[in-house]
Amino acid sequence: MSDNDKSNFHDVPLDIARWGFPAQYDITLKKDSDDIFDDSRVIVNIGPTHPAMHGAFRCMAKLNGEIIEKSYSEFGYTHRAKEKLGENRTYHQFIVYTDRLNYCSSLINNVTYAMAVERLMGVEVPERAIWIRMMCAELSRVIDHLICVGISAVDLGAFSYFLYGFHQREKAYTLIEKVCGARLTTSYTRIGGLMADAPEGWENEVREWCKETREVIDEMDKLLTDNRIWLKRTKNVSVFNKEQCLRYSYTGPNARAAGVDIDLRRDQPSMFYDKIDFDVPVAQNGDVFDRYYVRMEEMKQSLNILTQCADRIKPGPIWSEDKRVRIPDKDVVYNTMEGLIHHFKFFMTGFNVPAGEAYTAFEAANGELGFYIVSKGGPAAHRMRIRGPSFWHYQGLDPMIKGGYIADLVAALGSINVIAGELDR
Amino acid sequence: MDVRTSIKTNWGNFSDKYGTAWEQLLTALSNDFTSSIEQILKPGTDAVDIPTIIVKKPIIIDFLRSTKDRYGYSFLSDMTAVDEEGDPRFFVVYHLMHLETKARVRIKTRVADGEKMPTAIPLWEGANWAEREIYDMFGIHFEGHPDLRRILMDQRWEGHPLRKDYPLRGYQIFLSPEPIDPELLS
Amino acid sequence: MSKDGSADFFTTKLENVVNWARKNSLYPLPFGTSCCGIELMATLASGYDMARFGAEVVRFSPRQSDLLVVAGIVNLKMAPILRNIYDQMADPKWVISMGACASSGGIFNVYSVTQGIDTVVPVDVYVPGCPPAPEGLLNGLLRLEDMIARGETHAHRRMKSPDGKTPPTPLPAVSSMDAHPRGSEQRKV
Repeated sequence: MSDNDKSNFHDVPLDIARWGFPAQYDITLKKDSDDIFDDSRVIVNIGPTHPAMHGAFRCMAKLNGEIIEKSYSEFGYTHRAKEKLGENRTYHQFIVYTDRLNYCSSLINNVTYAMAVERLMGVEVPERAIWIRMMCAELSRVIDHLICVGISAVDLGAFSYFLYGFHQREKAYTLIEKVCGARLTTSYTRIGGLMADAPEGWENEVREWCKETREVIDEMDKLLTDNRIWLKRTKNVSVFNKEQCLRYSYTGPNARAAGVDIDLRRDQPSMFYDKIDFDVPVAQNGDVFDRYYVRMEEMKQSLNILTQCADRIKPGPIWSEDKRVRIPDKDVVYNTMEGLIHHFKFFMTGFNVPAGEAYTAFEAANGELGFYIVSKGGPAAHRMRIRGPSFWHYQGLDPMIKGGYIADLVAALGSINVIAGELDR
Repeated sequence: MDVRTSIKTNWGNFSDKYGTAWEQLLTALSNDFTSSIEQILKPGTDAVDIPTIIVKKPIIIDFLRSTKDRYGYSFLSDMTAVDEEGDPRFFVVYHLMHLETKARVRIKTRVADGEKMPTAIPLWEGANWAEREIYDMFGIHFEGHPDLRRILMDQRWEGHPLRKDYPLRGYQIFLSPEPIDPELLS
Repeated sequence: MSKDGSADFFTTKLENVVNWARKNSLYPLPFGTSCCGIELMATLASGYDMARFGAEVVRFSPRQSDLLVVAGIVNLKMAPILRNIYDQMADPKWVISMGACASSGGIFNVYSVTQGIDTVVPVDVYVPGCPPAPEGLLNGLLRLEDMIARGETHAHRRMKSPDGKTPPTPLPAVSSMDAHPRGSEQRKV
């Protein structure tokens, strides 16, 4: 693209498409359409809007009978330019965009992003804020896993199983609503603190919810794990072994299902994870069943972490004392001139982040979520790279399903839990 | 001492956890590739969080292979590029992780606009899509890449959105769905 | 109906009856692409249960559905596909645009995002929110049902117009957000 051409983009009227689509579309095939069906191979296109694709992406598979011979994946149907926006919005404004990465567990994204900027600035967060952040992260992890195992069971025909998880998930959303007022896109963390303190008695509700959820998970376990049909559909299906996982940079539950023992909560303890007892479930086979079961076990561990956090959380401040990032209190803003100016400057121009670069990773529900922020000073990042785990997981889908049945594609896709928001960013 | 290496709310104290392992790595690597290392940035003294090595482009693959096979940094955490708007224009950035100690290292190399990068697919197959994304977003070509197409944007898209000179609202409208290429399955 | 069988009164009544039947038997096609898709799922599942309002049977085939619920972002790569799906649906068909991204682009006024799906398909009901709570979507559905009962939707206008096309609504071609030159977003503070 030369500089002269740039102006062309401005001239494109946005409503060309309004009524102007032709009735018939030319889906251009480069070869003669007869050629794709040579020697009895069939090409199956799944997506971009298919109920079994969890989000908007496409998988094209060439079949010999029912066996997948070759496949390739296309995505980008929900690309929202979050990385470009990271360069054009202030650090404070970018918090809302992090919600829309992995929208099943947006609190983890919030927490990771806040940690990334705090790391770049050298801001410390008070203890209570960290405990709340940890609880939020684990709560989201449970929600994400409930959706993942529930939906992948729906894909394979076990519908009622999904409703068990969904019920518990609605209750978890009520808990999240209590701290931040939103269900899905929470925007709960701030750089150097939290939007609001958790209400009184919230940790007791979380503790109760943990107890209930533990029972529900045990129930779900009994319902599905030993089911013969489920085992037939998942055991030794779409195997992705340890070596492949490492070559394809798999992280999170998908890698742990194949025996890659990485959990950033334990290995690079951020927040207070080093003060908490928890196990990291690791399986060996790397098939659909293991990916499912690692998630089930991880939910139990998360509930365990949640209970420990609920026991140890104490009242206290939720904001860092650092004047650069502290949003002034409302009574100061309304009653003093300095407070008003501070407030105005904070929201209109943002705060400056010292030049430097940092890669901050945290164990999100799907794997390693990383923010690589390059700052050149100033209120907006020079480069905001988001390392979404789904991007790397989806890449492994093609080798994973090769040589398997077309029906197992759905199982494989459900088990690696690709989230379009994080895949396309 | 840079404050960002000693924050207890994040990753713990870097030097406590990893000891001097990364210093040994940096010494060893700079002995191996004396003339090809442009710059070494160290956490604590420079404004980086993990050891950062800027190497010259021709040896980047050898350098990565050596870091991966000889020193155990065998996990490609992330691969991306940065538009520096300078000359040479881009940085290609690799984040590697050690699988046992979980220590990280960042390797960067400069690429000019229009120059080609060697592909890292022989080392990590996962680099395939990362390189496609860099090609899509920055227009950096990768030599030896088997399938260098756009990945997020439409194949008919012009320009590379994450370059600094691409407007934030540079819409391009296509009236038909993206063409399907059956060659990809043959 | 009058005793001599004159049709005037009867046809009006029939239209009402047909609209009543239509509004209570909507077959939604969930076009869920991102975050709103998750809330759409919650609306369909137990707890909120969209079936209570006559939109029970979710169809994933455009041929079998008459209510397109566009839940989530539709970017420029997806827009032709959305139009394709819309064209495949049989008339009368209705469109609910769920969430800020689908309605206006929302917080994503960027190079890859359609600034509202009304640039691609005619929309009957916009549900604001990012994402809307399930209650919001249910409210939107009830509003659509009212509109169907009164015959005020795009589909009804299409049926009444001589050439079978919806008369274009007088929407501004470019929203007021775009009044300043695009691309000058770069913050220089």
